[in-house]
Amino acid sequence: MSALPAARYTFGGDEHVFVEIAEDMSLPAFFKGMAITAELQRRRAPGVTEICPANASYLVRFDPDVIAPDAMVALLREIESSVGSSAFELQTRIVEIPVLYNDPWTHETQMRFRDRHQDPGSTDLEYAARINRHPSVEAFVQAHSSAPWFVSMVGFVAGLPFLFQMVERPQQLEVPKYLRPRTDTPKLTVGHGGCFSCIYSVRGAGGYQMFGITPAPIFDPAQKLPYLKDMMVFFRPGDIVKWKPITREEYDRDVAAVDAGSFDLRIRPVSFSLQKFLNDPAAYNTMLLEQLSH
Amino acid sequence: MSIEVVKPGLSTTVQDLGRPGYYHLGIPLSGALDQYSCRLANLLVGNDESAAVLECTLLAPELAFTDNAIIAVAGAQATPRINGKDVESNASLAVKAGDTLGFDLMKAGARTYIAVAGGIDVPMVLGSRSTYALGAIGGLHGRKLAAGDRLPVGNPGREARAGRTVDIGLVSSMAKELALRVLPGLYFHRLTESSADTFFADTWTVASEADRIGYRYRRGRALHFLERQQPFGAGSDPSNIVDAGYPYGSIQVPGGLEPIVLLRDAVSGGGYAMIGAVISADMDCIAQMQPNNKARFLLVDMPLALSARAERQQRLVRLRAALAG
Repeated sequence: MSALPAARYTFGGDEHVFVEIAEDMSLPAFFKGMAITAELQRRRAPGVTEICPANASYLVRFDPDVIAPDAMVALLREIESSVGSSAFELQTRIVEIPVLYNDPWTHETQMRFRDRHQDPGSTDLEYAARINRHPSVEAFVQAHSSAPWFVSMVGFVAGLPFLFQMVERPQQLEVPKYLRPRTDTPKLTVGHGGCFSCIYSVRGAGGYQMFGITPAPIFDPAQKLPYLKDMMVFFRPGDIVKWKPITREEYDRDVAAVDAGSFDLRIRPVSFSLQKFLNDPAAYNTMLLEQLSH
Repeated sequence: MSIEVVKPGLSTTVQDLGRPGYYHLGIPLSGALDQYSCRLANLLVGNDESAAVLECTLLAPELAFTDNAIIAVAGAQATPRINGKDVESNASLAVKAGDTLGFDLMKAGARTYIAVAGGIDVPMVLGSRSTYALGAIGGLHGRKLAAGDRLPVGNPGREARAGRTVDIGLVSSMAKELALRVLPGLYFHRLTESSADTFFADTWTVASEADRIGYRYRRGRALHFLERQQPFGAGSDPSNIVDAGYPYGSIQVPGGLEPIVLLRDAVSGGGYAMIGAVISADMDCIAQMQPNNKARFLLVDMPLALSARAERQQRLVRLRAALAG
């Protein structure tokens, strides 16, 4: 982790400490934040009320009547130094998320908000394929769905995952957000902005380019599906996601299964080693994806 | 026992003191935006301070009672009327089965709280009855009230009685011009030197986009961020950062134009640089600002923030003592 600078500590009012691990997004920055917040969670420090890991930073809410602000920062600095040199390993899960790319619903929404887009003459996928130098939408979808992605943050609205592509930086897909945010995005849209993909957990405003839609609910207060029984929010930071392109027929079949309460996701436990991944991302990803077929 | 919603008002929701512990999943704190007035209303009717109340925004509802009840109204100044006759705010009142509770316009403040002895008894979701409309959880069916809704009410406690009043000195004042105390931090260093000054020097006006998620302010000078090679993943505008968690009360300035202060239904994170946060002692005041009210942001340090916090707690201690028994 010697490549990372020392974290920057700053207060957000009298109840929050915000810790910026790095200004740039990277997997080492994300993992360092995960390691620190996991250790903070484990210690159950009195006065800590929310622990929110994010992409390259984390946020802690605390009660300054229980733990003084300076003591809160001192504790976080001590944890930073204790995890700083260890190799990051994570016990997590890999999840296959079916995606109907180029679907009619996000297409219809794109057409309604074309005046807010960089390139009103193209679809979001055509635009993203072109500026990422892929010869076709099909090649872009292949690039989006072949390597796995890390859930690097959950939030914005309830249960919305931000995902970071597990490839080397030159291969990472990047697209700007819409020039002005849309006032509407279909529920379960798979979107992309900057270097992050996301799944819109609820219908609403959004600025990410829209690539497709998943039939799999990821936030459900009624908790009807097996994988939402424990908690109404499915994703956790550290989850690994493999997008699986599906056809319209498969999508319709999955939606019917969701309605019947019989839909389930393919989820497998995996352990992830950052060092082994960084040594050979492609080979490590192949090994990870093999876990899904067991 | 239940209460029938005759007219829902502009935006009336069930709220208690909030739903902490799930912000890392994007589920915000929620709860009454003016926590002090919520506690006051509950204490007046003999409830636990954490009982669920109705938070009424700008235009209060009209409610019909199917049973006798003890109620109290606190927060924004809107004269309550029982069957068309003016009654007192900041006092516990007896209503009879068949009575209707209505309100005059809100003269000052933006949020009136109605407590009922026994509390609004909607189901707990993740430890709270508070409505979080964006996620459609809590409250009554996860949404603001609609005409025809029936609100379940719990059993009144032994302390429930009419005629309890509170000293005016313990009632929050509703100012149309406020100084909101701000602790600079987070990405404050990204502002240019002159913007770091004008943010605190200018008088800002509450925009019409002011709700439980956040309050937007306009009519101050545009704020400028230092030009830089944007970090990888941060987005192209100088006001962008790699998406991060947003503290409650934090102030973001998308595109440098209009500061937004996030309140208790906050979006939990995103890619706009935050330049500081309103201190915890002043969050209740924001909730009582109407569109077009004026605010200045007052720079404070952590010791000042903590002493303001202590003052606020001492006031709550005095309130509890005044309303005990």
